[in-house]
Amino acid sequence: MSEVRVLVGTRKGAFILRSDEGRKDWAVEGPLFPGWEIYHITGTPSDPNRIYASQSGGWFGQLIQRSDDGGKTWETVGNEFAYDGVPGTHQWYDGTQHPWEFKRVWHLEPSPTDADSVYAGIEDAALFHTDDGGKTWHELPGLRDVKGNLWQPGAGGMCLHTILLSPDNPNRIFVAISAAGAFRTDDGGTSWRPVNEGLHSDYELPDAAAEVGHCVHSIALHPSRPNILFMQKHWDVMRSDNAGESWHEVSGNLPSDFGFPIAVHAHEPNTIYVVPITSDSHHFPPDGKLRVYRSRSGGEEWEALTNGLPQSNCYVNVLRNALAVDSLDSCGLYFGTTGGQVYVSSDSGDNWMPIVHDLPAVLSVEVQVLP
Amino acid sequence: MIRVTLPTHLRTLANVTGPIELQIEEPVTQRAILDALESAYPMLRGTIRDMATKERRPFVRFFACGEDLSHESIDAAVPAEVVTGAEPFRVIGAMAGG
Repeated sequence: MSEVRVLVGTRKGAFILRSDEGRKDWAVEGPLFPGWEIYHITGTPSDPNRIYASQSGGWFGQLIQRSDDGGKTWETVGNEFAYDGVPGTHQWYDGTQHPWEFKRVWHLEPSPTDADSVYAGIEDAALFHTDDGGKTWHELPGLRDVKGNLWQPGAGGMCLHTILLSPDNPNRIFVAISAAGAFRTDDGGTSWRPVNEGLHSDYELPDAAAEVGHCVHSIALHPSRPNILFMQKHWDVMRSDNAGESWHEVSGNLPSDFGFPIAVHAHEPNTIYVVPITSDSHHFPPDGKLRVYRSRSGGEEWEALTNGLPQSNCYVNVLRNALAVDSLDSCGLYFGTTGGQVYVSSDSGDNWMPIVHDLPAVLSVEVQVLP
Repeated sequence: MIRVTLPTHLRTLANVTGPIELQIEEPVTQRAILDALESAYPMLRGTIRDMATKERRPFVRFFACGEDLSHESIDAAVPAEVVTGAEPFRVIGAMAGG
């Protein structure tokens, strides 16, 4: 019987949740790195017991932790994220130019084939890579050449939070940056271009259809259809059928098209999930009801999934890295909330149960299925 | 022998439970202490001083002999009691409540 391992990053440490493939009975381990912010903790597809964690805090900065035994023991690896050459400047809140300054690592994306190869998305936004298991990191500076001087941090910071490695083309990578947009490389990260055509930010940008500056919250794809992308933007749920060349809105009948995460079902490439929240100023679910929304048609037509989720007086949020999908035959979904709950559904979202109620605010959720 | 005390998070990170003892040739300065500390415990690199600027992180303080040395020059000599080991060089996580 397979084991399911859920890796949870929170404001005050990491937790590992374990179950069998029934996903009903759970063991909770942690906190790991207690007191530290764990923006992301994730396993490695080619070696499931290799786990990387981004550990940071206001007092003592950024660390990267690595485990080679499934989270039993950890070692610190390299934590020097030095921008390539002279870092340059980007636009600041007051319209002046401001030097690029490293703040933290938001996202770690291991290669599907090499456990030592990992991409890191950081704040202030840039993409880094290691090919030695995290000992050393180097920037892919071509990304910031794409009008980086015009990027301006939003309220959540100018973070590179999403990294998608194309499953059919090792030279293609998509990234998303808050308040900058989506970007794509087709040459392994040397050169990049914005892929934001069709995005409209009517309230956030003076030019609603600008080439850069859109606040993309998350992007997802299904491995069987690598050119079809789904995006949760600041406002609007979007879809691209041509690898980001253009986007069209698929918000349809959602009660709100504002949210942070988006995910694709493991076995149904046209089934997608979002967790709407009320608005940019009200980061909690509409009507106090925590509802995951599922579209089986790739967008536009959405259904609320509520069974087992609180349907009154619920005012939590689900952050962009805190929704995950497992690969079991009966597809499992997992999400964590800013209220410290982690929920699981073992039937594609039809029914939910809490795994834990009272963790610190959840920043990220990832899941591994182990043989 | 210089004695350095660390806050809880950094003791955990360095896998130590008490003061760290460092042999440092005179003149003993904050920079010499931090260089020796990071050399002996490389996992502390970037946690006390910013990795890029090498400046003390904003919410880290250095105390010794009842004094806050945080704003002293990093190349100034530390108090004689620290050099002799009579008093520890204390790395502190600044108060940040609320």
